[in-house]
Amino acid sequence: MQDAKRPDQFFQRALAEGEILLPKCDDCGAYHFFPRVLCPHCHGSAISWKKASGKGRVHTTTVVRRKPERGGDYNVCVVELDEGVRMMSRVEGIAPGEVAIDMPVTAFVGEAEGVPAVLFKPSEG
Amino acid sequence: MTTELRGKSAIVGTGHAGFGEAHGLTAYDVMAQSALAALGDAGLNLSDVDGLFCTMMEDSMPALMAAEYLGIQPRFIDGTMSGGSSFVNYLTSATMALDAGLCDVALIVYGSNQRTASGRLVTASRPPAYEAPYNPRYPISAYAMAAARHMHEYGTTREQLADVAVAARAWAQRNPEAFERGPLTREDVLGARMVGDPLTVRDCCLVTDGGGAIVMVHADRARDFPKAPVYVLGSAAESSHRQISQMKDFTVTAARASGARAFAAAGVTPAVIQAVELYDAFTINTILFLEDLGFCAKGEGGAFVEGGRIAPGGVLPVNTNGGGLSCVHPGMYGIFTVIEAARQIRGDAPGIQLKDIDLALAHGNGGVLSSQVTAILGSQNTL
Ligand SMILES: [Zn+2]
Repeated sequence: MQDAKRPDQFFQRALAEGEILLPKCDDCGAYHFFPRVLCPHCHGSAISWKKASGKGRVHTTTVVRRKPERGGDYNVCVVELDEGVRMMSRVEGIAPGEVAIDMPVTAFVGEAEGVPAVLFKPSEG
Repeated sequence: MTTELRGKSAIVGTGHAGFGEAHGLTAYDVMAQSALAALGDAGLNLSDVDGLFCTMMEDSMPALMAAEYLGIQPRFIDGTMSGGSSFVNYLTSATMALDAGLCDVALIVYGSNQRTASGRLVTASRPPAYEAPYNPRYPISAYAMAAARHMHEYGTTREQLADVAVAARAWAQRNPEAFERGPLTREDVLGARMVGDPLTVRDCCLVTDGGGAIVMVHADRARDFPKAPVYVLGSAAESSHRQISQMKDFTVTAARASGARAFAAAGVTPAVIQAVELYDAFTINTILFLEDLGFCAKGEGGAFVEGGRIAPGGVLPVNTNGGGLSCVHPGMYGIFTVIEAARQIRGDAPGIQLKDIDLALAHGNGGVLSSQVTAILGSQNTL
């Protein structure tokens, strides 16, 4: 588990293999994101990695307006995962303007700007 | 700043240059012209400056670049970069340095040619690694998401956001130094091009050239200069995050803490502030800061600004020069909140001069609502 001591690299490698792992503090039990060598809540440095539930809600959202010839409008949002951490992302599968605050969403590993990235789609049911 | 520093330093000169379009000038040219203007206002020369407080958008060692350009060898420098709030933050470090005898004449200075150089925000700052892949447009996407959350939680409307821009324009129309002075209605703002929902291009600050400068000395000698001194009664900062995705509550900024500390240091309350100069990079900023600084309750900012209540003749004079929305916004606006507050107190504001101003507030914002710095300025009567 040497890799777990290199938090950015560890997260990105797991992502490249299609897995979303979240850092969790052994001392206080809280999750955090982005990955780092210490817990921003209690400042402990014993960190474990847990598979993300992938469940969350849109905390806030915007549409970046872009000319159609340059690819058109797209969504940028901040999602709060059930683990209590927030990350910037986008919701795919619906129009960017349809993404709404509090909407339940499910994570998947996709691609953004040519690199593996955590993306979201509206949760079913 | 603590109460021991209350009134220990004073602004004795302000200046600016290159407002609007500074064709053919570099950012450092505009910086230097601003410095000369402020020193002229104070009756001082560049050779008198031994403390330099400066940051710029395009370099990582801007204070050194500025000192070299100006041909001075300061014995105290501060180049702390907290975004547009930096220049309000320098009021604290300049006061400390002046009071400790680390310098005798402090020059706070900034300049930018972003409008004529590129037409957009130029920055040496890199997009954060965990946000960059999603292509947020900096900084508007961050402020748009704060606005969306405020609308969601408190029912704030796009019309109320628009009224912030309309009020700013009404002040600017009476200010010959302001860049945008044409008429602007609520309908104009709502109908303008959407840039990042819910913000249209008229909810966003200008992209102009321009620079500003402030000269400060210790209070002990502040009355030896041509203009009436403006004292720093309190200044305080709080930093909450760098990336917007790390902001804990999108509807509450660190201005709540910086404001409370600045008011405590100055020994005054929002109720006695006569002019409020806020960093209005976007219309949502004005609403957030009015709430967080205590001019109204959380969630009531929308109603507070509605229908001309912060426009000329309203209940509270806010951004009396036209603000970053209509007067000037050369990449970082923070220094202009201090300059306008000081000029209102001195009685030589370029636009609408309010009557008998003894107490004014300047508030700087940096990054994406990340750094908040509040300063309370006062006339000789407030000491
Ligand atoms: Zn912890």
